[in-house]
Amino acid sequence: MKRTAALAAAAAALYIVIPLRTSDYWLSVLNLAGIAAIGAAGLNLLSGYCGQLSLGHAAFLGTGAYVCAALGAPLWVAVPAAALLGAALGVLVTPFAVRLRTHTLAIATLALVFIGQHVFREWTSVTGGNAGRSDLPVVDLPGAADQGWFWLVWPLVAASVALVAAIARSRLGRDMAAVRADERAAAVVGVNVAATKAAAFALSGALAAAAGALYGAYKGYVGPEDWGLLVSIQYLAMVLIGGIGTVKAPVVGALFVTALPRLVEEVVSPGTAPQVTQIFFGLAIVAVASLRRRGVDVTARPRPRSTASCADQPQL
Amino acid sequence: MTEFVQLLVKGLAFGSAYGLVALGFVVVFKATGVVNFAQGSFLLAGAYLTFTATVRWGLPFPVGVALAGVGAVALALVVERAVVRRLTGEPPVTVLLATLGVAIVLEQVVTLAWGFRPHHIGDPWGAASVRWAGVALSQVDLATLAVAGAAFAGLALFFRRTRLGLALRASAADHEAAAAHGIAPALVSRSAWALAAGAATVAGVLLASGPAAATPDLGDAALRAFPAVILGGFVSLGGALAGGLTVGVVEVMTAGYLPGNELVVPYLVMLAVLLLRPQGLFVAREARRL
Repeated sequence: MKRTAALAAAAAALYIVIPLRTSDYWLSVLNLAGIAAIGAAGLNLLSGYCGQLSLGHAAFLGTGAYVCAALGAPLWVAVPAAALLGAALGVLVTPFAVRLRTHTLAIATLALVFIGQHVFREWTSVTGGNAGRSDLPVVDLPGAADQGWFWLVWPLVAASVALVAAIARSRLGRDMAAVRADERAAAVVGVNVAATKAAAFALSGALAAAAGALYGAYKGYVGPEDWGLLVSIQYLAMVLIGGIGTVKAPVVGALFVTALPRLVEEVVSPGTAPQVTQIFFGLAIVAVASLRRRGVDVTARPRPRSTASCADQPQL
Repeated sequence: MTEFVQLLVKGLAFGSAYGLVALGFVVVFKATGVVNFAQGSFLLAGAYLTFTATVRWGLPFPVGVALAGVGAVALALVVERAVVRRLTGEPPVTVLLATLGVAIVLEQVVTLAWGFRPHHIGDPWGAASVRWAGVALSQVDLATLAVAGAAFAGLALFFRRTRLGLALRASAADHEAAAAHGIAPALVSRSAWALAAGAATVAGVLLASGPAAATPDLGDAALRAFPAVILGGFVSLGGALAGGLTVGVVEVMTAGYLPGNELVVPYLVMLAVLLLRPQGLFVAREARRL
């Protein structure tokens, strides 16, 4: 109990002090990482706890950002509205999630990215077409812009992470774990597989769209180029690098993936070609995937190696 | 009607290249259980290495393509050895991200080495078109169909008539039984990756030669081949070809009649197929494959 109280006090102190003592440059990195962590928390629930692969996260995020722009409402209305629409989109994906396993589901959700970008470009009356929209709600926040955003975003990060942790401990979370472990066995013991997947996709879509709405409002701009496949890959990478299926994965992963390009520019060589930062990102993914299966968290104990071998038939 | 026939032939030509890419996905998946999201990198490598060999070094086109094929296969073997083989038995999300990471790295290496501007890799087919019964067919499309057709015929012969082809088919049917009969899993995996890279080189050269050019987004053609794989059902050579041809025709017809939507409609078709016939269009219904 004492330890928890001390940790909470330390977190509160950091929460107040960081914006006061950090340069605008790094504060914006922290803000973007926080916004990303909210979206990654949803993907962590979907992929880490429920075992469903999605390459479509960019479409959910983009939808949220456009809702924020198109609604013309203040942020505290726009973010919940975006989350609602994101949840609805997530439910729309469920028929595919019920029929398809892992890789095929990844390919089906990949289609969402292309359809999303197409809609963002073509539905000009709502999305502004290729030019995008710059008329996002302006938020009145205390302090300089980046300080205010830090104080706004990080409590939301804590709330999202706590929400995902609470769901993971609930009956729904146990159903998700059962679906992840073995769908057929889960169905046999009475888990409603379709409803569980629908809930996972809806919650994940809602958190992603909320993050997208915050991202749009933070940037003050939303355009169709921001929601390509690379964004989906980045979010999956956050979850994997942070340690998939753990509570802190979205925060650790989002900080790592958001700060990595800045660190490469800063530390390796200023003004490096953008390709070099991308190469570092790709190598980081490959390295984490093939070497450290628990992400970059050095405190985690290594998971026993899976006993599955080449002899297993590939499951599609 | 003339326009329809012209679009159909153009679509089939595109589709035959997609079919080769789709075949690469299928072969690798059947051999190793990995959906290779880095397949687009092999397209890029094949096309750009062909540029270097034919335009920079002035080698004859077929020699250049052969050299590029060797380069792409070597690249695939490195990826197989360095990354993919470590991933056996890992959860799908890890495997998926690892191949995506490889794709990101290789695409950036290509733009570092060759830049962003289009590279014309040569035009061995000629820009002329053949007139036949009032229909103008471009030589590029006909040549693409011929080359891709020959590649598919060669692959079919390989799978039917050679020991290695038989080994790959046996392993695809049952990994464990094949291994018990002395078919080394590592050999199967290496051969599959080499085949996929070879097929991708041919597809990359076909998509980038003639009036087109090698550009960094050539790798996206591999993503456009996913609907082909799904339509074909992820199981067979014939399925990959049929899926590829369907996607090519759908894409080109959409570009002709509903311009601006050609990159989305194949995916919509794919989603419809996944809802109605998740096992694929060109597959007999088997006991729950998906």
